Amino acid sequence: MVKTEHKPELSNEQEPLNQNDKQTKAISPWKDAFKQLRRNRLAITGFIIIFIFLMMGILAPFLTDFTYKEQMLTDRLTPPNSQYWLGTDDLGRDIFTRIAYGARISLAVGFFAIVGALVFGSLLGIIAGYFGKWVDMLISRIFDILLAFPSILLAIAVVAILGSSLQNALIAISIINIPIFGRLVRSKVISLREEEYILAAKAQGLKHGRIIFHHILPNSLAPIIVQATLGFGTAILEAAALGFLGLGASEPDPEWGKMLSDSQAYIQLAPWTLIFPGVSIMLVVLGFNLIGDGLRDALDPRMKN
Amino acid sequence: MLSYTVRRLLILIPVLLGMTIITFSIVHLIPGNPAQVILGESATDQQIQNLEETMGINEPYVKQYWIYLTDLLQGDLGTSLKTKSEVVSEIGPKLAATAELTFFAMLFAIIVGVNAGIVSAWKQNSWFDILAMVVALIGVSMPVFWLALMEKWFFAQELGWLPSGGRESSRDPIEPITHFFVIDSILHGDMERLVTTLKHLVLPSVALGTIPMAIIARMTRSSMLEVMKSDYIRTIRAKGSGQIIVIYKHALRNATIPVLTVIGLQTGVLLGGAILTETIFSWPGIGRYVYDAITFRDYPVIQSGILVIAFIFVMINLIVDLLYAYIDPRIKY
Repeated sequence: MVKTEHKPELSNEQEPLNQNDKQTKAISPWKDAFKQLRRNRLAITGFIIIFIFLMMGILAPFLTDFTYKEQMLTDRLTPPNSQYWLGTDDLGRDIFTRIAYGARISLAVGFFAIVGALVFGSLLGIIAGYFGKWVDMLISRIFDILLAFPSILLAIAVVAILGSSLQNALIAISIINIPIFGRLVRSKVISLREEEYILAAKAQGLKHGRIIFHHILPNSLAPIIVQATLGFGTAILEAAALGFLGLGASEPDPEWGKMLSDSQAYIQLAPWTLIFPGVSIMLVVLGFNLIGDGLRDALDPRMKN
Repeated sequence: MLSYTVRRLLILIPVLLGMTIITFSIVHLIPGNPAQVILGESATDQQIQNLEETMGINEPYVKQYWIYLTDLLQGDLGTSLKTKSEVVSEIGPKLAATAELTFFAMLFAIIVGVNAGIVSAWKQNSWFDILAMVVALIGVSMPVFWLALMEKWFFAQELGWLPSGGRESSRDPIEPITHFFVIDSILHGDMERLVTTLKHLVLPSVALGTIPMAIIARMTRSSMLEVMKSDYIRTIRAKGSGQIIVIYKHALRNATIPVLTVIGLQTGVLLGGAILTETIFSWPGIGRYVYDAITFRDYPVIQSGILVIAFIFVMINLIVDLLYAYIDPRIKY
């Protein structure tokens, strides 16, 4: 009963069309969004970019004859050629191989950091928004404090506390993204809390948990998905920045940001050591941004320009 | 306005306290023995004990935090483990260097970003719009440190047009008055030096300003498009006002509000990005100061550096919020 009421808000767009046959058939807003997304060329480009890097990461062992830590000391700083597609670095390691294995690191860090932030952020946001009063006050102030730091700085602070390693960099990136999801979900929950169907659910005597997970959360999903997609990109940039500062991955991990910082001194002698890892970071982030923008247009028609 | 200002200031208190708790944790919550971690493997027991005493590590956390807080309020930001001098006295000139850099970066970002956004909105779907938005999209996807490295390589090392790092030519250092070298050169009445100073500023400011520029351009475009559709703009058009007047006098004013928020938020990105940019261009600002401190495990400097940057960020956001209410009196809180 209640469930049929709570189609995600974007269905408003569809309603005038379906008013007559509402009972018989309603186009799922998710299907509609998916259709729109498929028509969005930029978003498709984004998907293709991410797919290529994902495949590069997964198939890395089959794509090259080298390993990411193998040093060909006689071939140090070789420019790109048929043997070393993207050249070699100062220790004679094949850059293409390192970028392919690095895709694993960057995508995994982005994914786990954002999933972590999403879970904890949404949970806190829901609690704050749903229960209000002092709980909201407390959680919102914590978000304020976390957001008071420029994000990379907070990440540095967290890594300074935990010690520098790839794993701690991931935790740090996750933490700095928590308030972003938290605030988003909180404001969404507050606006939904007053909706009639929630009141109806409460009147039926449903438990808080059921109302939250079955009625509020599904309706907050659209903005969370958009934010998460855009967040992947930012998280990858942040991981690269931490790696660049020496606060992330350690030798011989082929993390892209670290590759850039290791090759800084050879910029004039061997620019390819810096160009390709940088381009990889940029492309992956661009890919997620394109998908995120496309999703936002598809899921939230009001945002479209 | 007044009650809003007061309320906005009151919210600051828990935020500032929370910030100090986080920076306090940097040193005091290091797992294991903080003194040992700070001094490294080779430290003698005596050294560790001395540091423990100065840091008050064996006291309960609450007391440690209280000591930290009272020290802060008295303007004591700790002592650098590396240089043995007070952080307060070291940080001033560095802040000036960073302020100068971020100012020029923001100037670049706002001038280019706002105008590109306006023209894009004005000539929607033209080649300029498409080009500008592609550049903006790439701009937001680029790691700032990579852009900085590429600029340094191309414009400083390959072409040799601009200096590759620092704030001034090392053979002829400036005598600082305000530590803002642009102002100092003007005060000295030395035009040649002013040109040198500005030349040193170009690459780091452009690198640092690119991401905010891209974001500001996208924001300006979308908020201009929104405003241009509104009734009052149609009325002004119907009255026969020229396009320039419509855009710059009427539309821009209402489109400024979201842009202003973005500018406030981007200043934070700039301050964070300064750590990376300053490291690459050997810019002697607070970002590089913190970076060097990380390398030397100079915890008091990391701690205070982060606190000072975050404090500035919070203050900038305060100013932006107040400006926001001032520019648009319709906003009620």
